[in-house]
Amino acid sequence: MGSGSSPCASCKLLRRRCAKDCIFAPYFPPDDPHKFAIVHKVFGASNVSKMLQELPVHQRGDAVSSLVYEANARMRDPVYGCVGAISYLQNQVSQLQMQLAVAQAEILCIQMQPEPELPAIHPSMMDCDTKSLVLSGGNTGNFGDPMPQFLSYTSSNNNAIQDPLKRESLWT
Amino acid sequence: MYRFHKLDKMTSTRCAVCKYFRRRCPPDCIFAPYFLNDNPQRFICVHRFYGASNIGKMLEEMPVQLRADAVDSLYYEAKCRIQDPVYGCVGIITSLHRQIQIAQSQLAKAQAEISFLDANFVGFEPTPSLSESLVQQNGFEQGLDDPFSTWFY
Repeated sequence: MGSGSSPCASCKLLRRRCAKDCIFAPYFPPDDPHKFAIVHKVFGASNVSKMLQELPVHQRGDAVSSLVYEANARMRDPVYGCVGAISYLQNQVSQLQMQLAVAQAEILCIQMQPEPELPAIHPSMMDCDTKSLVLSGGNTGNFGDPMPQFLSYTSSNNNAIQDPLKRESLWT
Repeated sequence: MYRFHKLDKMTSTRCAVCKYFRRRCPPDCIFAPYFLNDNPQRFICVHRFYGASNIGKMLEEMPVQLRADAVDSLYYEAKCRIQDPVYGCVGIITSLHRQIQIAQSQLAKAQAEISFLDANFVGFEPTPSLSESLVQQNGFEQGLDDPFSTWFY
């Protein structure tokens, strides 16, 4: 018999003597009769036995687990069984891949945005030195295009403005 | 002459199952619509793992209009088991779960990157991204509602 003197779940269900080398005993302990019952209902004990005999011993545990899973899926959904789950998961993969493609396209769009124009600088925002520099250059107070002077004076000092084209991805 | 003629008619109209078992194929044979004579491998494949009597019981327990799909799914699972004798189609399910995890992780990273770019782009009004609204619509961010996921975690 499998473990101890108690027959394994399969021999109990099949009402036969549980041999010492019973192929089912390691995988269908007597304390979980439902596990073998469901596998037997879907596959049949002799088919399960043949499947296990064709596998090396170290793979039989996983094979039994997958058979139990398939049998449970078939009991839950007699028409589609595991194939229903596969179809559902494949649909989810497709949806996620579509969302990922949309997100990646959105990142590209953001990165390709034109550089925004800097807001115009009002004289009240300048310090005295800057104001005198601008006025001495013949500028009569027209600050419609202050950028060249502003940049020439402050380019080495101003760290606040970032070049959007130099933004780096978090994940590079 | 008549006997040979009758035998010819019987052998030419037997389904793959009855041909396999070398028996008469009755007019109401439950297997005949789904295991045609011209494709014996289909039944051999399914019979190897489920057995004819189990298949017959399964078909009897379901409405006629669902039997074709049931046989197709049994055939698919049997083929998966031939290709992978240890995990069968459960191996495919495991692989799909892994693909979903990877895709969810990549999607979360992409959305974080969008938020980061939105926050650092001067003069750009951050709005809910299209991908975020798709996620909210489909509910994938909340995790899978998959009744078959318990075996793997």
